[in-house]
Amino acid sequence: MDFDTLIFKTILLVVIFLISLVVAMYATYGERKIAAFFQDRFGPNRAGPWGLLQPVADGVKMFMKEEIIPVFANKGLFILGPSIAMFTACMTSAVIPWGGSLELFGKSYSLQVADLNIGILYIFAIVSLGVYGIMIGGWASNNKFSLLGSVRAGSQMISYELAMGLAIVALIMTNNTLSLNEIVVNQKNFHWNIFYQPLGFLIFLTTALAECNRAPFDLAECENELIGGYHTEFSSMKLGFYLFSEYVNMFISSAVISTLYFGGYNIPFGESFGLAPNLLTVLGTVFLFAKIIFFIFVFMWIRWTLPRFRYDQLMRLGWQWLVPLAILNMIITGAVIVFA
Amino acid sequence: MSLLFYILAALSVLTGLGVVLARNPINSVLSLIACFLTIAGHYVLLNAQFLAVVHVIVYTGAIMVLFLFVIMLMDMNRANEPHKKWTTKLAATLSGCLLLLVLLASTAKVMLGGPAPVLSPDMGLIKNLGMVLYRDYLYPFETSAILFLSAMVGAMVLGKHEPKKI
Repeated sequence: MDFDTLIFKTILLVVIFLISLVVAMYATYGERKIAAFFQDRFGPNRAGPWGLLQPVADGVKMFMKEEIIPVFANKGLFILGPSIAMFTACMTSAVIPWGGSLELFGKSYSLQVADLNIGILYIFAIVSLGVYGIMIGGWASNNKFSLLGSVRAGSQMISYELAMGLAIVALIMTNNTLSLNEIVVNQKNFHWNIFYQPLGFLIFLTTALAECNRAPFDLAECENELIGGYHTEFSSMKLGFYLFSEYVNMFISSAVISTLYFGGYNIPFGESFGLAPNLLTVLGTVFLFAKIIFFIFVFMWIRWTLPRFRYDQLMRLGWQWLVPLAILNMIITGAVIVFA
Repeated sequence: MSLLFYILAALSVLTGLGVVLARNPINSVLSLIACFLTIAGHYVLLNAQFLAVVHVIVYTGAIMVLFLFVIMLMDMNRANEPHKKWTTKLAATLSGCLLLLVLLASTAKVMLGGPAPVLSPDMGLIKNLGMVLYRDYLYPFETSAILFLSAMVGAMVLGKHEPKKI
């Protein structure tokens, strides 16, 4: 890799990191506004015009709060927990193709930090590491409620990973590749995977909700049985990291869903408009972000519409419905590929 | 490249020692997780990206999570830690030493043979791996799959409760 590519990738990495943090920050604002809309309230409207400065105020509040580490907590692991949660949330963005390639100074740069030939599996591996942040934090708090909350979150995440993996297998079978960039290129001109894998998409969306610990799968936090769940003992920015990593995860999941099933950065029939390649790339990235924001909205829509599950219902849905459905989807996909 | 290897190798050895030497079982498990991650790093250095990622997914992401579950739910009071008889301890030490001997003998043979020749630079890529697994080694592959299946069924049978009669 030559020097200017290295510089470009570094800048891209920093920009993507900042964008994901800003999107996550304003997702908290969006969440509150949407909740307010669903419940016929105003939502935050005091800080700045339409309450737009509310996330900044929340951030400052999180930093200024008193930092408490319980006396009997395992101090090192107590700090390690939220750090892992945030770290794994931010790591996935490296393999997502955020756009086509830009022509700068006579050279072409791809808007993807690393085009791994096993991109999907990389995301999957990082997601499976995300469990540790929750489990270590919950255990290190030395509190029964935290431990139960983290066990709930952990077992939920590893149960739904299975169905998620099986849903992705069917997608890989139709696309013949594991590279995210190639999957996007395959979906050119409205050959979106959603039309070929509708069942797979539904399974993936459900498991993505469960992986983010979002309602209706937010059993890890449960006021009447578990207080705050795994982050009961956390305060100040450590709590902030846990809450914030959920929103970063939501952003990344939306990006992955748009990339895998909705054509990613590809504008359908974009080449036929006769635009300059650079402009087309930028428009493609904007298009991708529009889809991402739509899916973040869907996540919130589901949260404020559906009632939550009971824990045994959640496990039954995961193991007895989603896994067999995903296997069925795989068999049908295989049969269609072989016989059609 | 070789600097990276030595850093990774040192980390693997250190975390491996941490697994054995840590007094707290949780720290031991966490060292094992870190050790697995460094081994995944070694796979990447050997150009086997698929193997590295699968290693992380299966060992770090699934098996170690279950380990951590069990250990977290265990009672770890030092007072009611079980104490074994001295005969058991002696047997454990002896068999440990024997295992070390076997491992040393096998690695010594590998080291004397020199580094293995790399068959092709993209040997570890998923396409080549699939070709080897499903064409050359299909029979052992399917056999091990059946072995896993039978282990899973066995676990189900053992874990299933007899329905209580009221």
